[in-house]
Amino acid sequence: METKEMICIGCPLGCPLNVTINEMNEAGIEVSGNTCPNGHTYAVNEVLHPERIITSTVPVTGSSDVRVAVKTAHSVPKGKIFECMDEIHRASVKAPVHIGDVVIKNIAGTGVDIIATSDAL
Amino acid sequence: MERHDIVIIGGGPAGLAAAIAARKEGIKDILILERDRKLGGILNQCIHNGFGLHTFKEELTGPEYAGRFIEEAKKEDIPYRLSTMVIEITPDREITYVNREEGLVTIKAGAVILAMGCRERPRGALNIPGMRPAGVYTAGTAQRLTNIEGKCVGREVVILGSGDIGLIMARRMTLEGAKVKAVAELMPYSGGLKRNIVQCLDDYGIPLKLSHTVVDIEGKERVTGVTIAEVGPDRKPIPGTEEHFECDTLLLSCGLIPENELSRSAGIEMNAVTSGPCVNDRLETSLMGVYACGNVLHVHDLVDYVSEEAALAGRNAAKFVMEEAQANQTASGDEIKIIARDGVRYTVPQILSPSQMNDKVVVRFRVADVYKNKAVCVYYGNERVQRIKKKVLAPGEMEQVIIMKKTLEGVNPDSITVCLEEQ
Amino acid sequence: MNMDVLVIGGGVIGCSILRELSRYDLRCVLVEKEEDVCSGTSKANSAIVHAGFDAKPGSLKAKMNVRGNEMMGKIAEDLDVDFKRNGSLVLLFDEADRPALNDLYEKGIANGVKDLRIVERDELKKLEPNISDRVVAALYAPTGGIICPFMLTVANAENAAANGAEFIFNKEITGIERVSDGEHAHHYKVTTKDKDVIEAKYVVNAAGVYADKIHNMVSDRKLHITPRAGEYELLDKEAGGMVKRTIFQLPSKMGKGILVTPTIHGNLLLGPTATDQDDKEGTGTTAVGLETVRDKSALSIKNIPYGKVITAFSGLRAHEDGGDFILGETEEGSGFFDAAGIESPGLTSAPAIGEYIAMLVAERAGAKKKENFIEKRNGIPHVAKLSKEERAALIKERPDYGVMVCRCEEISEGEIVDAIRRTPGARSLDGVKRRVRQGMGRCQAGFCTPRTMEILSREAGIPMEKICKNRKGSELLKEGY
Repeated sequence: METKEMICIGCPLGCPLNVTINEMNEAGIEVSGNTCPNGHTYAVNEVLHPERIITSTVPVTGSSDVRVAVKTAHSVPKGKIFECMDEIHRASVKAPVHIGDVVIKNIAGTGVDIIATSDAL
Repeated sequence: MERHDIVIIGGGPAGLAAAIAARKEGIKDILILERDRKLGGILNQCIHNGFGLHTFKEELTGPEYAGRFIEEAKKEDIPYRLSTMVIEITPDREITYVNREEGLVTIKAGAVILAMGCRERPRGALNIPGMRPAGVYTAGTAQRLTNIEGKCVGREVVILGSGDIGLIMARRMTLEGAKVKAVAELMPYSGGLKRNIVQCLDDYGIPLKLSHTVVDIEGKERVTGVTIAEVGPDRKPIPGTEEHFECDTLLLSCGLIPENELSRSAGIEMNAVTSGPCVNDRLETSLMGVYACGNVLHVHDLVDYVSEEAALAGRNAAKFVMEEAQANQTASGDEIKIIARDGVRYTVPQILSPSQMNDKVVVRFRVADVYKNKAVCVYYGNERVQRIKKKVLAPGEMEQVIIMKKTLEGVNPDSITVCLEEQ
Repeated sequence: MNMDVLVIGGGVIGCSILRELSRYDLRCVLVEKEEDVCSGTSKANSAIVHAGFDAKPGSLKAKMNVRGNEMMGKIAEDLDVDFKRNGSLVLLFDEADRPALNDLYEKGIANGVKDLRIVERDELKKLEPNISDRVVAALYAPTGGIICPFMLTVANAENAAANGAEFIFNKEITGIERVSDGEHAHHYKVTTKDKDVIEAKYVVNAAGVYADKIHNMVSDRKLHITPRAGEYELLDKEAGGMVKRTIFQLPSKMGKGILVTPTIHGNLLLGPTATDQDDKEGTGTTAVGLETVRDKSALSIKNIPYGKVITAFSGLRAHEDGGDFILGETEEGSGFFDAAGIESPGLTSAPAIGEYIAMLVAERAGAKKKENFIEKRNGIPHVAKLSKEERAALIKERPDYGVMVCRCEEISEGEIVDAIRRTPGARSLDGVKRRVRQGMGRCQAGFCTPRTMEILSREAGIPMEKICKNRKGSELLKEGY
């Protein structure tokens, strides 16, 4: 058995969580200190397979803007962050780009797309 | 002279939310004046996620959050002028602005909403000795150059101040390939949100050095290094604790200051703690018909609260304009002062008018230090009416209490006090 | 390159000399090691025009100070430079020191300073309500003034350029050789660090803290200049009204003590300290220095709002061992002229030094004054200072005066464009700042840096990655990740 203290990053409240790991599976992890169900989910994920949203920008041509902001449509494994960044660094787009447009499909084999989070018209 | 019912100064999150709310109250003639080339304000460069959990119940990036409001403002057909800088507001609500196309224009407003946002505290204000080379940036300037212009501001970085923008930039620059060597914070606690320490520093193994400050900046042309030292309880560096870091960049994230040149020159009464205007529960400043919201009023941590506050200012400005049209506008005579005391640094609003207040008024405040196991208390005169237990309170996180109109009925206190007490 | 006169150093002294030289029928060039004029001592000093009571009677400092002070009004008007005679006060804190105050008065009279008088506490309190209660009396010099040293330097440079003078930047001089042109004639061959050669009949040394190095390349009578660091703090315009006049403390051995003065632009300036050092590039501030500035300024003025400090800086005064200015030909007939050891009151003396050195050079060269000398220079319009009508008219003519770039100082794109397009034009962020005050306000360029960089890149054709804060090596950006 292992106990861990964590800060939930689910929302700005930043609840302090106490996590007891009895077994490395969902049922084997006890969480207290959370003020909403997301805190529980966060703690379990953080123990079993931590994930993060990545945000960055890519160059855009044919627009008055020079960069388009992008993000992973869902969270990706923490261990894949820099692999994703390598692919983002190689990408570029042509205007027009709208919020939500897919910029890179299935980034770094995660099954998650990179989507635009700003418009470039 | 061109006239508009409501003129909003600033097209960032506060200005947009105020405009939309005023339109929904039925005000047709609204004009937003924005100095940047785009609507959205500072959110355009805040490309990280974490916005909108309150407002939209989902996690958005800054441009996406702004995008929702911009879309709505456009759907509502609210006029705006870009690359337009307001240079003067007069007490009788005449606004002078300049831009490339129209030149210098003076317009008249039925009501004015101040939504100019805030700026970063510069190096000079922090009293950091040393050389003055290139490579010393405020975090927000670095953020703009990185995210909007796609430029590289530095490769080896030390950050002074643990404000949220600094934390966000620590991660951002790390992802772009820079090495962030340390974040030094003068206070014994962080100025930013806890979640940002976890996901921006801890995730990337960036040390946060609390009770530390920069005592020297080296480099004649470009920064070549900085020296960090621990500070004592008096916040003065402790000799012998100096640690040298080789770096080419120093980012400063040491606080934000509401940007109130226009408010001051208009003669609006200011609050020394917030550096924003003094306002009543309608978010009206000391000038009748001039409202303030967002970071120009007091610095927020969460844009969701900015939107909420701005919507309130928008609704009240709308009400003011409509009442003015019916010529029954009255200065409220029943003002109650809201006093911040014992660990509560300030409140917004600072004044409440029971006869004109909404059923529910949110009073936002910040505390002076990190407190554990305290109670936030509200007094009407000498009578305590609320006592809310809090495990942790920190200066970096804005708090609030709610005053219900019905609880004031028949009480008529001469003052309302918000303070901290032992549990 | 073959010139009549080569001026070394683009500070206020070099530029003043160059402007005065440009009155004559001489081909003149100014060589500066930095990327712009006003990059050394001229950019970091007290920005005041001394009345002239301080220098030893009979000294060059005394003569040049009083003459410079007299000339400043016309120079400022001709060159469109902001200047104000706000008056100065030297505070007496202790009756026991009154003889020293009286001495200062007598010195002033001997130097020819006009309208000097000693004011007692009651009158002083009326003149300056925020003055410390400890002050018993003061020497009052109504002719003291405040000026923008950047503007004075740039204006002299621009006017010199308008009159045909040339400029070479980013060239550090590493060698000066006297070349014989027959029995009674010679010229100088000046070599730069990057092996360029400029030949000139006459050389003027206005190299500031490096004037000893330059002088010693040609003369056996060696000079030695000690850089004397002075640290300052500059406060927000909100604090600018704390004093109306320039407030000194009775001088001590290490300079004039700490002054408190409004600047011509309405900020409050405190300083300088005085620390001798070896490093001619050491312009860093120190914790001790800044604390001294605060502690000592607090003696003069009550309740200075130190929380309103917007920046701190350090400047180096070029102190020569002899203690006086060194002005004139190294030896009769050498054709090499010094303007060395120019420390305080150097800024005040600049017009007089310019006039004097130019006259000496012209005499030696047998040069005549030009008939078509352009006396006047128009400054870059500061749109925020114009009336609404004037401003509207100007924007109609040039729309970029309607695009605000620096919000604190209210500087438009048009002003920045002007700063870059003029000759000599700004080529760095600091160059723009010194010409039009972009980034000099309370946010200290946080807001306008990216925008100014874009304009500089576009107007001067410098790629963004190559834009510098000042000299080469101070690039603001790094090459892409």
